[in-house]
Amino acid sequence: MKTMKTLVQAVLLAALAGLAHAQVPQDLAPDALVKTVTLEVVELIARDKEIQSGNRAKLIGLIEEKVLPHFNFTAMTALAMGQSWNKTTPEQKKILTQEFRMLLVRTYASALAAYSDQKLDFRPLRAKATDTDVTVNVRVLQSGAQPVPIDYNMEKTSSGWKVYDVMVGGVSLVANYRTEFSNVVRESGIDGLIRNLQSKNRQPQPAAEKK
Amino acid sequence: MSFRFLLVAVVALAGCATTGEGDPRDPLEPLNRTLYEFNNGVDEAIAKPIATVYHGYVPAPLRSYVRNFFANIGDVFIGVNNILQGKPGDGLQDWARFVFNSFFGVFGINDVASDMGLEKHNEDFGQTFGRWGVGEGAYLVLPFLGPSTLRDGVGTVLDIYADPLTNVRPTGLRTTAYMLRLTNTRADLLDAGRILEEAALDKYVFTRDAFLQRRRNLVYDGDPPRESRPRYEEEEQKPPAEKPSTQ
Repeated sequence: MKTMKTLVQAVLLAALAGLAHAQVPQDLAPDALVKTVTLEVVELIARDKEIQSGNRAKLIGLIEEKVLPHFNFTAMTALAMGQSWNKTTPEQKKILTQEFRMLLVRTYASALAAYSDQKLDFRPLRAKATDTDVTVNVRVLQSGAQPVPIDYNMEKTSSGWKVYDVMVGGVSLVANYRTEFSNVVRESGIDGLIRNLQSKNRQPQPAAEKK
Repeated sequence: MSFRFLLVAVVALAGCATTGEGDPRDPLEPLNRTLYEFNNGVDEAIAKPIATVYHGYVPAPLRSYVRNFFANIGDVFIGVNNILQGKPGDGLQDWARFVFNSFFGVFGINDVASDMGLEKHNEDFGQTFGRWGVGEGAYLVLPFLGPSTLRDGVGTVLDIYADPLTNVRPTGLRTTAYMLRLTNTRADLLDAGRILEEAALDKYVFTRDAFLQRRRNLVYDGDPPRESRPRYEEEEQKPPAEKPSTQ
């Protein structure tokens, strides 16, 4: 039961530390970027009565604006597809990326809605200045439980540092989708996966708990 | 006990479970899926409704006291496991936490040790075996207990023996304590359940893979060897190198 608890806690805290702010300078170091964006998002949510009373659309809008510009969704989709990515047409790639992005945004919104007042601990970056692929570590502190680490794998691109995977409690989001995706692709092909994601994204959001 | 039944069932199924396409880490997938559905049924019918009511009526600070109380008595064997894993410093920290929280935290209902910088650890016998080099073995879904592996299942038997609640008497008090802990834990997981609903295409697969990743991470105490990012063709939206696949 205990392992189950930490496991699900990990999934729960997956999205917690939000990333992003369209106006942040592009040369910001990756750890500074994560911190700036996270604190801004947490602060915006704390001030917003509508989001706190369960306005999911507004929360998703906030994520779209502040967090998403700092994610590389094409890379995330490619990594989740694994070898199948090479057998995917450009048109399929576009739709897959779009649908996967929407699934992640909805999941992210659920996780952010579950965030209450846990303290965040932004760890110093363990990387050389010349590195172009780094992991930024944030920890969520809670009483009576081991801190939950949230790791952002980030890559330097021409438009700044971009997240290509999020790991919560050591669970890589991208790796977790890889098995799911390959199962569906094996059974019903890439178009089957697209249909699967589309119908998943059309389902209504589960009712959010009021705080 | 249901463990004996489980063992018989596992051995019986291991004999005939040779599915071609399945995940190599999960040779017992058909049995595991059945048990997963069973556990979900029990959860939906009993545990989740009780936890939902509990969450609605018991204020957050009180739930936090309950969580901390049970977490505190758990620190004793977390310390034992750290010592078994050759980390005496961490083990002593766990016991120091237990002492501080029991006294200054009023029987452990406040986690003052964390505020003092003595962080809580997450250890159990399954992780200790992992640290000693024991592989995880096949993935297993245990009835009532949920995701596990062959290694962690054996660890869980030891965890239950070592659980301070197991030795509480009279049994009426023990049952009450079990129920309270279970309810409080389940209440803490209500949000997580919603996120799982949101995220997973196949909840069984999603849960299994997350569990296996999580356990590997815990065996390495959160610091497994970092793997560099694999590359796939055409990731940057370059023109395709191949003909479109046959769908």
